Amino acid sequence: MSAVLRADNLVRILPGEVPVTLVNDVSLTIERGEFICIMGPSGSGKSSLLYLLGLLDVPTSGQVWLDGENTSVYGEDDLANRRLEKLGFVFQFHFLLAEFSVIDNVTLPMRRLSRLDESAARARGLELLDRLGVVEQSAKHPHQLSGGQRQRVSIARALANDPLILLADEPTGNLDSVAGATVRQILKDLAHDMGKTVVAVTHDAAFAAAADRRIGIVDGKIDADWRAG
Amino acid sequence: MRIQLQVALTHLTGRRRQTLVSLTGVVLGVAFFLAVSSLMRGSEQDFIKRLVDNSPHITVSDEVRRPRTQPAERRWTDGAVKIRNLKPQTETRGIRGYREKLALIEAIPGLRVAPVLVGSAVLTFAGREEGVTLSGIVPKTMKTVSTIQDKMIEGSLDALDVNPNGIVIGTGLAEKFNLGLGRNLTVVAASGASRAMKVVGLFRTGNASVDETQTFTLLKRAQVLFERPNRVNRLLIQLDDAYAARAVAQRIEDAIGDKSVSWVEASEDILSVLVVRNIIMYSVVSAILLVASFGIYNTLSTIVLEKTRDIAILKSMGFHARDVRLIFLFEGVIIGVIGSLFGLALGAAFMHGLSLVQIKPPGVSEKVFLPIWWGAQQFALATAFAMTSCILAAWLPARRAGRVHPVEILRGAA
Repeated sequence: MSAVLRADNLVRILPGEVPVTLVNDVSLTIERGEFICIMGPSGSGKSSLLYLLGLLDVPTSGQVWLDGENTSVYGEDDLANRRLEKLGFVFQFHFLLAEFSVIDNVTLPMRRLSRLDESAARARGLELLDRLGVVEQSAKHPHQLSGGQRQRVSIARALANDPLILLADEPTGNLDSVAGATVRQILKDLAHDMGKTVVAVTHDAAFAAAADRRIGIVDGKIDADWRAG
Repeated sequence: MRIQLQVALTHLTGRRRQTLVSLTGVVLGVAFFLAVSSLMRGSEQDFIKRLVDNSPHITVSDEVRRPRTQPAERRWTDGAVKIRNLKPQTETRGIRGYREKLALIEAIPGLRVAPVLVGSAVLTFAGREEGVTLSGIVPKTMKTVSTIQDKMIEGSLDALDVNPNGIVIGTGLAEKFNLGLGRNLTVVAASGASRAMKVVGLFRTGNASVDETQTFTLLKRAQVLFERPNRVNRLLIQLDDAYAARAVAQRIEDAIGDKSVSWVEASEDILSVLVVRNIIMYSVVSAILLVASFGIYNTLSTIVLEKTRDIAILKSMGFHARDVRLIFLFEGVIIGVIGSLFGLALGAAFMHGLSLVQIKPPGVSEKVFLPIWWGAQQFALATAFAMTSCILAAWLPARRAGRVHPVEILRGAA
């Protein structure tokens, strides 16, 4: 296995009258195809760490290496390009665009990247929706779907540009146990069957139990790092 | 379709009512801009056209801008010579050697010239007297520099050639004297000479003062009446290109020495008033579009506030800040384009409606249609102004949207 994502001494401090340290000197290496859960109590800094690893936020100090590239030297546009090409995000709330149909939501990142023409992007979008079991909903709008279906559509959107890494922030936090189990299984299959690297922040013990590796965060620091088996 | 454009369209169609209000503002702004400016430009064009058509493009008169140089000045060009209180020689007024000067001017291409002797006279008929301006003309040349022949409603200028004692008068004067074609009246010149003349033509220009005071007779007859044989005091010139008048007038004055005044110079004060009027007009109609642009700003600002989460998710996906800005600029452009198209159509309808309205301005004896200018420049200007307003109105919300930091929004939403 090779390192697809590496964090070196990451620190993120929120400036203000009383500066708040969200992430405190975190270093970790994530291998290709790993299914990782980041766990910890509320306010421990796990989501902040995920945003730093996902290049959504910029560290106060330290470096993030993505696919062998040091991203700390990049400007805003370069970081956006890396997110578009190499990363996919799934959030607790689905964050689908309400005015767009399911298929239009899924093809959004592909159309922005412009590697595929419109018909090819649509075909790939339908294929992803089919793989996630929601292809029948492709013409519908997000408000016509159940919570679990919406989250599967948002996973399809995250996979649109065939990213190296899928980053998920509490992906089952807003779902019932059945829908949550389905999403958990999908993410696990993505890692094990498709070789995607999945990094998920969760409170869900069942979710964590399914992961290959569990990282515990307390007060912005890595408190524990277990590997299954 | 570009993804940014598609997102922009969904924003606008998702907020139909606000979009419609913004659009209505632009449509009305463009329509009023077009209607008012075309009316103002139309009246300006109409005014200039009347000015250009109804008066000579250049008038050469028997005056000089600077006194003629005296022999002593020519003899001692470097000497300390100053001549004061110069008394002009008593002579018959008029353009000296007008035939040679006429030939000189006629040699210039692209113009027509007519000699005229203008003087004051009193017309008497049935015990009534009326002071008039009597112009002695050569009908054949006068027709080439004046539109008076087109204004004839009875008789013609050519009738003067047939009847050397003929006179052509305006309908205003004819109505005052209650006389018609073929009637005789007496013309008394300032010199005291008088002659009975026969009305051989009636004209109506629509300008009351011209119709009541202007009269025409043969040049030779006028020279006799005014006791100025072989003299004229005006050379009226009409050009193929009226807007070359200033340059040609200068050329003529340089060549013959007599004062040559172009219609532009003669109307400078009026033309400067037109410029001021245009500035006021464009300020007022631009204010309408400015108000409309506030509507667009309001709508787009609301959309930015409502769609902050969508903007954050787009940026988290990899959309650049400029992509997000482009979305909102597209929204401004879409409102601008659709608003301009409907505004131009509505404005054209307003213009058509206005062009059917008849008014009777003071000093004019006939009703006239409101002059509307249908020039493409007006349509382009209205569109350009509307598009600029819309893009400027969209710029601030677009810039704010581009600055949305996804983490702040996503953290808050979670």
